Amino acid sequence: MKNGVPSSRAYVGTFVALMALLGITIMAGYIDLGVLNLPIAMAISLAKTLLIILFFMHVWHGSRLTWVIAGAGFFWLMLLLVLAMTDYRTRTPVAPMPASHVQLP
Amino acid sequence: MPETTPSTAHQFETLSQQRDADIAGMWIFLATEVMFFGGLIMCYTFARYSYPQVFEAASHRLYVGYGGTNTAILLCSSFTMALAVRAAQMGDRKWLLRLLMATIGLGLAFLTVKGFEYHTDYVEHLVPRLDFRWEGGESPHAELFFWLYFTLTGLHALHVTIGICVLGTMAILAGRGRIGEIPVEIAGLYWHFVDIVWVFLFPLLYLVGHRS
Amino acid sequence: MNPVLDTPASTAPQEGEPPENYLTEHTVISWLLTTDHKRIGILYLLSILVYFAIAAVAAAMMRIELLWPDGRLVLPETYNKLFTIHGVLMVWFFLIPSIPAVLGNFVIPLMIGARDVAFPKLNLLSWYLFMFGGVLVVYSVIVGGVDTGWTFYTPYSTTYANPNVVTMVAGVFVAGFGSILTGLNFIITIHKMRAPGLTWFRLPLFIWSMYSTSLILVLATPVLAITLLAITVERIWGIGIFDPNLGGDPVLFQHMFWFYSHPAVYIMILPGMGVVSELITCFSRKKIFGYNFIAFSSIAIAVVGFMVWGHHMFVSSQSIYAGMVFSILSFIVAVPSAIKVFNWTATLYKGSVSFETPMLYALGFIGLFTIGGLTGLFLAALAVDVHLHDTYFVVAHFHYIMVGGMVMGFMGGLHYWWPKITGRMYPEMAGRVAALVTFVGFNLTFFPLFLLGYLGQPRRYHSYPPEFQVFHVLSTAGASILGVGYLMPLIYLLWSLRHGKKAPANPWGATGLEWQTPSPPPRDNFETIPEVNGEPYDYPPLEQRTVEPI
Repeated sequence: MKNGVPSSRAYVGTFVALMALLGITIMAGYIDLGVLNLPIAMAISLAKTLLIILFFMHVWHGSRLTWVIAGAGFFWLMLLLVLAMTDYRTRTPVAPMPASHVQLP
Repeated sequence: MPETTPSTAHQFETLSQQRDADIAGMWIFLATEVMFFGGLIMCYTFARYSYPQVFEAASHRLYVGYGGTNTAILLCSSFTMALAVRAAQMGDRKWLLRLLMATIGLGLAFLTVKGFEYHTDYVEHLVPRLDFRWEGGESPHAELFFWLYFTLTGLHALHVTIGICVLGTMAILAGRGRIGEIPVEIAGLYWHFVDIVWVFLFPLLYLVGHRS
Repeated sequence: MNPVLDTPASTAPQEGEPPENYLTEHTVISWLLTTDHKRIGILYLLSILVYFAIAAVAAAMMRIELLWPDGRLVLPETYNKLFTIHGVLMVWFFLIPSIPAVLGNFVIPLMIGARDVAFPKLNLLSWYLFMFGGVLVVYSVIVGGVDTGWTFYTPYSTTYANPNVVTMVAGVFVAGFGSILTGLNFIITIHKMRAPGLTWFRLPLFIWSMYSTSLILVLATPVLAITLLAITVERIWGIGIFDPNLGGDPVLFQHMFWFYSHPAVYIMILPGMGVVSELITCFSRKKIFGYNFIAFSSIAIAVVGFMVWGHHMFVSSQSIYAGMVFSILSFIVAVPSAIKVFNWTATLYKGSVSFETPMLYALGFIGLFTIGGLTGLFLAALAVDVHLHDTYFVVAHFHYIMVGGMVMGFMGGLHYWWPKITGRMYPEMAGRVAALVTFVGFNLTFFPLFLLGYLGQPRRYHSYPPEFQVFHVLSTAGASILGVGYLMPLIYLLWSLRHGKKAPANPWGATGLEWQTPSPPPRDNFETIPEVNGEPYDYPPLEQRTVEPI
């Protein structure tokens, strides 16, 4: 950083890393990893997101407030997903789920 | 040499206070957008958890070519946007204009690819309620997938369009030498966020399970 | 404590003319295009009064209908439309904006020593979004009404109810964006525009409450927006995300709806708590007990409040294990509220307590909110909720909090800051009488409902077994008294605008930056931005206090 302006090298490096991660994402989509396909895909997306947030969005050199706000948004979304899924994941059906008999127009 | 001296709005005491407030304000707005898209992600999570096989089959009807290309386009546009913000910070009007135009061009390219893709989806009878056809049972569940696909990508495309309009306005102002660094930085934050949303949508919609 | 403000010679008022303030310019356009937070607060005040009036008429019609067990005044479908419009308007167009958009808008910049909020134009946009949304909602009533209840449960709202649902839901959607922008504005204002020396722990507790409220506004409301959008899509195009026939889940709607709507109730009570903190200290002339605890409790309520929404869904077919998690968390979320009640009470101890109108409302708040909050714990217990869910017990519980709590907090705050807003004092005796009438009327209206619910009467029913009639008669009698209690301030506050005593800068002798500028304040709030170097609520200790006549 010179005079508070990031060097273009950081941006180039970030961009190259992002494209590489994109390549990995696509490759992983063609490999059978069983239940791990989703977590791995999400982890790679998270890595890309961190790169974009930290470098393109200047959070790496930014104030603590922006760290907190960025983290808060993600945390709150997790609250919604995790707590709602505690319902779906612990339901004990009393009868098998019927197949749909609906005739669509 | 910056050609504009931004003025401080009356409610702020100093320009740096204004800058801090504007940037923090945009971050809060982005947090609200996370929750906005997050609601749809909740619907997606429920549906995928409930119908994993149909979701995988439906996902494989989308073309990784379209999705992958679009992801690459958006990542490039984030790169040009970051450089544009840097140009604004250094007062380099010429490069600011060029990089803004590049970002806009990439954004338009994204929308174009999306348009072709939607057309393909329509021709292949994958649009819910518009002559939707699904072989293989559980048709309503497949339709749920495609509803989520169109709503998520449609909402995202709307955000891209709004971003293009904002950047377009900035490019015009930059051309006349009348834009300061703060608005470009704020627009940059928005644009990067739109990119991040797509970074998640791509694997969630196109790469469910694994393809052969 | 009244600083003499020097006005430059060129703008010095003429002999006998009042000094210029934010109210001086009085063209219609100057009001409709204002970006002054003080004027925007007043715009909100006028609008919420209109929406309150409509919702109150709906309530009156319901209470009259309920005088007879067999329901003679209105058709059953009409009754359903009445409780729907009552709920929708009261929740989104009265309670949620009341303290935040009216008192918050007016007071926050003054309290922190700022000239306005961070984004004044967004502030005005918020009001227009609010108004546009409200017009859509009222329009949906005019063209026939909606009978789904304010909760819009699926599949009724998406499949079977009449098409006005879409208009009403669109109105709430639009208004929601207004409240998101207000929350955003307040958060940035509080972070970035505090006067020099005003550190976080020197802030008045009203600011802590408003900050917590704003966190909820920005994080919860977007999920409501998506949920309402999903209802509309399902209604119009029949995609079945909430329809079990098509693979969807109606309980998914409830998860998403209550993810917003439970935190929404904290949007509706935290500002009231903030007002009470101000009133209790001022009218006990004593530093608040446990400042840090109250401040952190506000944040805790906002955060933990996001983790309890499933307690609205115990009998919805939600998993029993999820129910247990939500139940425990609901017990936990009561703790910070209780901490506040203890601290307010401790503040009163050994204070010089006086009973001006705002204090009467604050004391009423504490008592009634405690009852409402405790009955919430009854409902948080899984087994008890099976019996009480969807009965009048729930109705009584939330009205004790919303009306006994929040509305009293609003009235207390309105009276407290009335001199600052208008430059006039309201008539004190009339104020006290109205507060007492409200208190009596409120309890008579809502206490019988606890008994009704416990005895088993479901809510949202317009007819009922004859043995319940006595409770309904008591409740309707109470409602008419409550109506008088609300009508009185409307009359005397309007009266005070012309005939009230002129108010000094600090009529209550209170601490706080808002009292260090004239009543009403000038357009830019302060001649020079004050600097803060003392602790909040810096009232002199007991020995040094003088008793001031009212």
